[in-house]
Amino acid sequence: MPNNSLRVAVLSGKGGTGKTLVSVNLAYVSSPSIYVDCDVEEPNGQYFLQPDDPLSLTREVIEVLIPTIDPVICNGCRDCVEFCRFHALAFIKNRPLLFPEVCHSCGGCERVCTRGAITRSKRAIGSADNYRSDGIQVISGAMNIGESSGVPVIRHVLAISNNFPEETIVIDCPPGSACVVMESISDADFCVLVAEPTIFGAHNLRMVHELVCRSDKPFGVVLNKCQEGWNPSEDYCVDHGIPVLGRIPYDPLIGQLSSEAKLVSREYPATERFFREILSNIRKEVAK
Amino acid sequence: MKKLLILSGKGGTGKTTIAGAFVHLSGAPAVADCDVDAPNLHLILHDEVEPIREEFCGMNKFVIEDSLCIRCGACLEACRFDAIQRNTKGIYAIQVDACEGCAVCAYVCPVQAIREKEHIAGDLLLSISDRRVFSTAELRRGGGTSGRLVTEVKNRLFARTSEDSPIAIIDGSPGIGCPVIASISGVDMVLIVAEPSVTGISDLTRIVKTARGLGTRIAICVNRFDSNLNKTSEIESYCREENLSFVGRIPYDPEVVGAVNRGLTIVEADCEAAVAVRKVYEETMQCLGLKEI
Repeated sequence: MPNNSLRVAVLSGKGGTGKTLVSVNLAYVSSPSIYVDCDVEEPNGQYFLQPDDPLSLTREVIEVLIPTIDPVICNGCRDCVEFCRFHALAFIKNRPLLFPEVCHSCGGCERVCTRGAITRSKRAIGSADNYRSDGIQVISGAMNIGESSGVPVIRHVLAISNNFPEETIVIDCPPGSACVVMESISDADFCVLVAEPTIFGAHNLRMVHELVCRSDKPFGVVLNKCQEGWNPSEDYCVDHGIPVLGRIPYDPLIGQLSSEAKLVSREYPATERFFREILSNIRKEVAK
Repeated sequence: MKKLLILSGKGGTGKTTIAGAFVHLSGAPAVADCDVDAPNLHLILHDEVEPIREEFCGMNKFVIEDSLCIRCGACLEACRFDAIQRNTKGIYAIQVDACEGCAVCAYVCPVQAIREKEHIAGDLLLSISDRRVFSTAELRRGGGTSGRLVTEVKNRLFARTSEDSPIAIIDGSPGIGCPVIASISGVDMVLIVAEPSVTGISDLTRIVKTARGLGTRIAICVNRFDSNLNKTSEIESYCREENLSFVGRIPYDPEVVGAVNRGLTIVEADCEAAVAVRKVYEETMQCLGLKEI
């Protein structure tokens, strides 16, 4: 079996630059491949990559540990309330009360309780879907609405993707440059930064550029929605010596197909070469 | 003071473009950018004053004092975040990005070799000009606790502006997680900028449920509505079914990119989108119970 082992993380500081467009199409042109959706607050890859057979889709519920406090054993000493750095426990009517969505599952309360009044229970915070779509293994994480942190869901889907070490894996990251992004790129071999041709795009490109520099991973930029005229993001790449892996032109047809959640490299063959070129440039950069 | 928050669920729908236009049209004396991950609003507001910068300490993190460490491994065992690693020389260290600051490692250490350390999660920026108070922040790369940073951005804004001011305009962040939840708390209304696409509608329903869960009033507009007319009518029917105020549609207009790149708000450019944004603005103000500002 040929070794196609490559883990590519696709990210962008700003939302809506075309991260998912680049991710799903890269997965398509490198098929057989794995697509991992780490944008768990807004998991959108699933709409572009529909399951071949909906019945074969498996859904795993993702749970975190939370404390359960036995009100009979608890003597109201407050040790747990005082230990919790996340203020997930309040002291009400002489007993600790848990706010489950604030709990970080550190297990500290259970450790400090001298009476053994705290035991572990589980709480669902999201899910991970796993299915095949036209030669692509799709692993898609989704955080439940109302939750504050998607990190446990991201960790879980990345762990599933580690079962495929020989394959080309494309990781669709959340927008921004916060902890969830660091989590998503932690095991990547290469980072693709997708940028728009606006001053907003260039400003956010700078932010993710600093992030990937900190992570010490090789990276390159894909310029999306390129039009005639000034491209501040392209200038940024030139000024900082960042390799440009490819340019995707602004094209109303790409916009139209994407708005219908159609895979452009399949439905609009003229665009396939953009993604093939990006993939081949990634392989060249990784080989350096 | 009425507090209007602009959100989108999905990124890149035009949140900041519309927030900038609203700031220009209303002359709002209180403005905040809560997209601490990727703040952009300042790029089109041009408050020509040097912002007051203040470091923001999030949760304290922990470090192992190697000279005291007896290499027992209790901390590594106890850490639920896999933040502690043992290198080939047997030295234990805490990875700062993975550490969530829970303090369990320090608690289990039998020789008190682990101590707390302040951690700067971001920088708060406050600009006070003749026209307005503008509060924002930049999260340091890879930082956590952005919800608390967002809360601080709003607190600093409201501490500096009078309750008698007619309106505060707050630009939010994409997604539905902690920074978004923190930005919603205490606002009078959320204006959601939707995108007419399959994924845009999915993200719209997720942000609507999030905002509803917090009991906030919601208005919706569609940006680049003509890029998919079917999806635009789908959003309009969704609003009717869900009883959400629909405040207008804005066409795709190549002038928008031009205006942004000249550092202008869209209403300063003479174009079709600007006319539509004005109408959305008027409708939104009516929903908020503000006739004229």
